[in-house]
Amino acid sequence: MSATREIISSGNELAAIAAVDAGCMFFAGYPLTPSSEVMHVISDLLPKKGGAAIQMEDEIAGVAAAIGAGMAGIRTLTATSGPGMSLKAENLGLAQMAEVPLVCVNVMRGGPSTGLPTRVAQGDIAQAKNPSHGDYKSITVCAGNLAECYTETVRAFNLADRFMQPVFVLLDETLGHMHAKAMLPTVEEVQAGIVPRKTFDGPAEEYQPYGVAQDEPAVLNPMFTGYRYHFTGLHHDAMGFPTEEIETCRKLIDRLFRKVEAYQDEIESNEEYMIEDADILLVGYGSASLAIKEAVDVLRAEGVKVGMFRPITIWPSPETRMHELGEKFDKVLVVELNQGQYLEEVQRSMGRLDINKLTKTNGRPFSPSDIIEKVKEL
Amino acid sequence: MAFNYDQYLRVNKMPTLWCWGCGDGVILKSFIRAVDKLGWNKDDVCVVSGIGCSGRFSSYVDFNTVHTTHGRTIAFATGIKLANPDKHVVCVAGDGDGLAIGGNHTIHGCRRNIDMTLIIIQNFIYGLTNSQTSPTTPQGMWTVSQKAGNIDPTFDGCELAIAAGASFVGRENVTAPKKLEKLLLQAMQHKGFSYVEALSNCHINLGRKNKMQSAMANLDWIDSITISKKKYDALSPEEQLNLLPTGILKQDTEVGEYCDMYEEIKKAHQGLRGPITQDDFKKKI
Repeated sequence: MSATREIISSGNELAAIAAVDAGCMFFAGYPLTPSSEVMHVISDLLPKKGGAAIQMEDEIAGVAAAIGAGMAGIRTLTATSGPGMSLKAENLGLAQMAEVPLVCVNVMRGGPSTGLPTRVAQGDIAQAKNPSHGDYKSITVCAGNLAECYTETVRAFNLADRFMQPVFVLLDETLGHMHAKAMLPTVEEVQAGIVPRKTFDGPAEEYQPYGVAQDEPAVLNPMFTGYRYHFTGLHHDAMGFPTEEIETCRKLIDRLFRKVEAYQDEIESNEEYMIEDADILLVGYGSASLAIKEAVDVLRAEGVKVGMFRPITIWPSPETRMHELGEKFDKVLVVELNQGQYLEEVQRSMGRLDINKLTKTNGRPFSPSDIIEKVKEL
Repeated sequence: MAFNYDQYLRVNKMPTLWCWGCGDGVILKSFIRAVDKLGWNKDDVCVVSGIGCSGRFSSYVDFNTVHTTHGRTIAFATGIKLANPDKHVVCVAGDGDGLAIGGNHTIHGCRRNIDMTLIIIQNFIYGLTNSQTSPTTPQGMWTVSQKAGNIDPTFDGCELAIAAGASFVGRENVTAPKKLEKLLLQAMQHKGFSYVEALSNCHINLGRKNKMQSAMANLDWIDSITISKKKYDALSPEEQLNLLPTGILKQDTEVGEYCDMYEEIKKAHQGLRGPITQDDFKKKI
């Protein structure tokens, strides 16, 4: 998407505006610092557009109502922070199993537990991979700047409908509450890029919502359109009805993985900043990348050749690209606001353990000087 | 001519997983007959259920159907209904599903007054998972989790629904299927949130260890603790103790329905009217 529109806003507000621009017509959630502004903004925008926003009785109900609207066939959003993600986890598993698209924004704060409600962290990276029990393949995007709070939320809606599953958008307290200028694509461009979910328009008796190729998502027609089928979190057959038949169960879980793995190129998105001639590779994502980028610029001015690799889609991870980079760079430094949650993924992808780390879990963002100092120690 | 249930059933899903003699089938049939009387188009109906024996209800009826997580039925249904205010949404939950793990959603579903019907299949026990105590298990009864007798006070779901503000509350017993059908019909006709408690037997997992080993013995016990609201109201408080009144226990047709009120919210945001005020909600404080 091209950036042609200037707007002064905050990350949380941009996520809400993006959802509405992307065709979201329903929001359900529960107040949770530091994400609440998403609800504040969208509860004004949706009724204006003829949609609905509802504050539910708890986080569990918030995601359940959002999934219900997704089952009904419309684009739907919920937003929360870490404690809310923990509560929403079981129902997110139902959405993975029944293949219901929705977007779930998580504005990360310090944890575990109540943690640091108004302070920044990137502690929900591992949770975003598997918030619910069981086997499935999550799709998680992570905004790295203000504009991406908008563009990645738009992309998340298109990915959710393409792959028929929840898509998580990670913001963090810094981005969510940052108020500044962002260059955005026009609403017209966003709307032109909307790809609605696939539907079946043949005779109802031939419709099999889950009877699809082994690397394809379910084809779920909107409710109340003459195609009466069943949603369940149980293992299910082609029509969605519970079954324990061995081969059907095996194929269902296999397909939940394959439908994502087979189209990794459609999902993957990375930023590579000054890595071509670099000697040292910095890996980071989210708001931490703002400090990393500035550190790269300062170090470059001092003659230190550093570059940054930033996964924007963090799950599934860009493992192939990271593997290539791991072969190219001797010195790799992962910078993240947790104790090394993505570090493990970088180690796995690069196939080596000698990856340096710079972590911080005191609720404060990185300063470029933290990173510059660490790079000089390498 | 005999009533044709098959037109509303997923016949290839029969037999149900419910035990021989279970009252849940009576509720299923009463519900189907009520829907038939309403003349609803099958494509316009969504049945949402939770987890437990009652959870399988949705898979047997030929509507748009959703089997959700334990206790969350009303929350899912809220999203479905708000996205489609002109369609018919019916929730089916068990006593554990709707009053224990899902109690919060029941409270707020009643309070919000969205036009949908909640059928609580109340059999006094966790049946599917083998006899654990439910919020409605009478004190002193044997359960697998309280073998020396249930210590937890018994909970009246209808009283909760009334207190939480449901605009329609009723209770019936599977031994009176015609009355149950009529109550379900009235509940589904009611504009607003309707709470219907259908008392059912679980002679397998409640009755077996509580001297009600047959369906009939279990049903006789339910009969012995239920009484019509009219007769119930004539009793003294001492006589009312441990009895459950049946029939319509509350109906309020004045209170504003949520989806209707939300249309006013939309108008307000679109500049077509001012903000809604307390006066817009007739009976609400």
